[in-house]
This record gives sequence, structure tokens and C-alpha cells, in this order.
Amino acid sequence: MRKKEKKLVVTFHTTADAMAMEKACREHNAPGRLIPVPRSISAGCGMAWCAALEDRDRILQVLEERKIEQEDVHECML
Amino acid sequence: MDNAATTIHKPEPVKAAVLAAMDSFGNAGRGASEPALNASRVIYETREKLARFFHGEDASRIVFTANSTESLNIAIKGLFSSGDHVITTVLEHNSVLRPLYECRERGVELTILDCDEKGNISYEEMEAAVKDNTKAVVCTHASNLTGNMIDLERVGEITRRKGILLVADASQTAGVYPVDVQKMGIDVLCFTGHKGMLGPQGTGGMYVRPGVVIRPLLSGGSGVDTYNPRHPDLMPAALEAGTLNGHGIAGLGAAVSWLEEKGPDVLRETELSRMRQFYEGVSRIPGVTVYGDFSADMRCPIVSLNIGDYDSSEVSDELSVTYGIVTRPGAHCAPLMHRALRTIGQGAVRFSFSHYNTEEEVETAVQAIKELVNDQ
Repeated sequence: MRKKEKKLVVTFHTTADAMAMEKACREHNAPGRLIPVPRSISAGCGMAWCAALEDRDRILQVLEERKIEQEDVHECML
Repeated sequence: MDNAATTIHKPEPVKAAVLAAMDSFGNAGRGASEPALNASRVIYETREKLARFFHGEDASRIVFTANSTESLNIAIKGLFSSGDHVITTVLEHNSVLRPLYECRERGVELTILDCDEKGNISYEEMEAAVKDNTKAVVCTHASNLTGNMIDLERVGEITRRKGILLVADASQTAGVYPVDVQKMGIDVLCFTGHKGMLGPQGTGGMYVRPGVVIRPLLSGGSGVDTYNPRHPDLMPAALEAGTLNGHGIAGLGAAVSWLEEKGPDVLRETELSRMRQFYEGVSRIPGVTVYGDFSADMRCPIVSLNIGDYDSSEVSDELSVTYGIVTRPGAHCAPLMHRALRTIGQGAVRFSFSHYNTEEEVETAVQAIKELVNDQ
């Protein structure tokens, strides 16, 4: 397994919101990718947006600008 | 290797049938124009093919739906009433459990049969659970998590003897294992088109034995009996309100023909051979836990595993990013099976094989697991 490092993980209420986030980030050239929700956050499945910690502001800006409702913003070792 | 979720590669004739339908279909059962008849004919042919494929008595007892979930909701919500008792198992998918929980809120009594450490149910316990008010056994043909199968012929023998219904969920087996509704004593069969049947997503259906009456979940357009304020009760229209997915059904019909031509037994042997190869490769690696009963001859080509205490999502993501291997992590919509296996937090990484997976691909997957274990 890769060496773990602390990442920014944004979770969503629905898969539709997660997909909206991917589309929005691509359009804004914002970094990151969709990953399965880590169990340290929830065992209930679903997808989350994962990015580097230093990209936090850009990611939050995309959420704000595109009015995408996140469930939560986490920092976890991945 | 995520074919238990959906088979990614569809046979060429399936694609061709969908394309041709999109260029020639009107709305089936709505008028007798040539485009409408084109759709009606193909849909009817597909009904006949499916009735033959599942050994049903009559094509009019095949109902088209969008998927197994819709079929199971129609069956479960349309069969049971307050005061009825229903038996099911911990192997079930949420598409069985959640509709049953809703029924329980409305006064239906529910017994959920447990499994042993290998994930198998006891048929003696099932029989012993039948009471005076038991209406049905609702159970899967195979667990989507472990690949373990339930012997539907044995369940059908119990339900027939006890005079109750058998509602079977063949989501994981239709197109892979033979399903003979008459021999197995299945009263309602629920299936999806996009997994082992190799058809398009958005297709599925059910077989309803003659004499079994299901209250419709939906009412509306039927193309017949327009001035009747009630939806017609004749099958299959009774359970098919609204325009059918004719384009998808054309693909499903082509898929059944392709399966019959190639032989599901031949395809299944390839899939089971890939499963065995993978199982032999990973099951002896220290730190790898494989779930399910691999001593059984009949099982679905599924291997679910975990590496140590690693989060299944992380392992699946690593397999995808580093090795390009597609698997499914997490809980697989099978909460009670995960509880029985004590994997609620960790989930499991599910590898599920189709006929197009090669020995080389399986070997790559085995090597990937070995590398991930060594890298811990």
C-alpha cells in the first residue's frame, strides 16, 4: 500500500452531489479525485472528493461557487 | 472484476439491437402504426424468450421492470398485508430487506434466518420458522457478497409442502445458473437484465406464476381499457403501467439469444475457473481473509476478501489506481451479511468474474494482492 499522508476529504449526502463536485472541479481546474468513502469517516459506502490539504481553499471555493452541498470536510490519513 | 455489480462488456448483438431499436421503435401497445408494432413485436418476442429461458408456463406472466429492485418492490409490497408472516435470510440485499422492513412497519411479521460461519443458512430452521400465518419465503438465489448459493429447489420443496409462496431474487444468478421456476417451485422470480443476463442497465423483470395475484405498485397508461378508472388487472399489463423501456428490452432479448447460443453452462465454467484460480492464489496468503463457502460445487464466481485490518475502500482504491483492477469495496448493500461476517466497519473487497476475464488478468490480480500484503 502507498505511504499514507493526511488528505482533505469532502463527503456528500448523495452520489449526485459527488458527481456534481467532480464536474465542477474539472471545470474550475481544481485538483483532486473521487474515492470510496474511507471507513474512518463512515462504513455506509458512497464517494468522497479527495485532495491535498494545501488545496483546501480552492476546493471550498468550488463548493461555494457552485452551491454544492457537502456533508462534511474531513482531514484523514489516506 | 466487478461483474456482480454490472457486466461491463456486452455482446455485440446486444449493442446492435439497442441501436436498431432507437432507429425504429414507436411506443409498444400504443396504436398499430408500423413503428409501434416494431416495438410491440420485439417486446413480445423478448417476453417469450424469457418465459422459455426461465421455464415459465406462459409469456404473459413475464413482467418487464427497470431492475431487480423494482421487481422485488412490486412483489413484496404487492403480496403482503398486515398480519402476514414472511421468512427471509441474512444473505439478502437491501432491495429485499428494505421493502420488507417497510412491510414490517405496516404490520407484517418478519423472521430473518441467520447463517453459519461460512455464510450458509439452515433449511431445517427455515422449515421450522413456518407458522400458520406465514405467507412466503423471500430469499436470494445467491449472496452478492460471498457468492454462496441457496438451494432454491430445496426451498421450493418446503414452500410447496407448506402451501406458502416462494419469492426468489435471482439478481446474481440469472443468466449464470439455470433457473427453472416450475422445477424449483418459484411463485415469483425477480431478475435484473444488466448482470449475468448481459443486457442493458434499466432492464429487468419478474415471472409471476399463474394464480398469484400481486397488487400493482403503479397504475396509469396501459394502452388498453382507457375508460376504465381502474388499471386493468390482466397480466402482464397489470404490473406494467407506463411506457416500457423498449430500447433496453430489445437489447435484453438479444442478450437472451446470445446466452442460449453460447450456452450459459459454458460461460459459467469459464467464470468459475477464474474464481477458483483467484481463490487458490489468494486464500493461502497470510493476512488475507476470504469470506464464504468454497467447498460447495455450486457457487457464484465471487471472491470477497480483506487484507489484515485495512479499510476495504483503501485496498479497492489502490487496486484501481496502481493496478487498474476494478473491484467493489464497502458494504455491497448487504448489511446483515456483513454483520454475520463481522465486517461492518471494514467492509470487504469483492472480486466478481465474468466470462471475458482472462487467466492473465486473474494472475495480475493475485500478484497485486501479494504485493499489497507485502507492502503493509
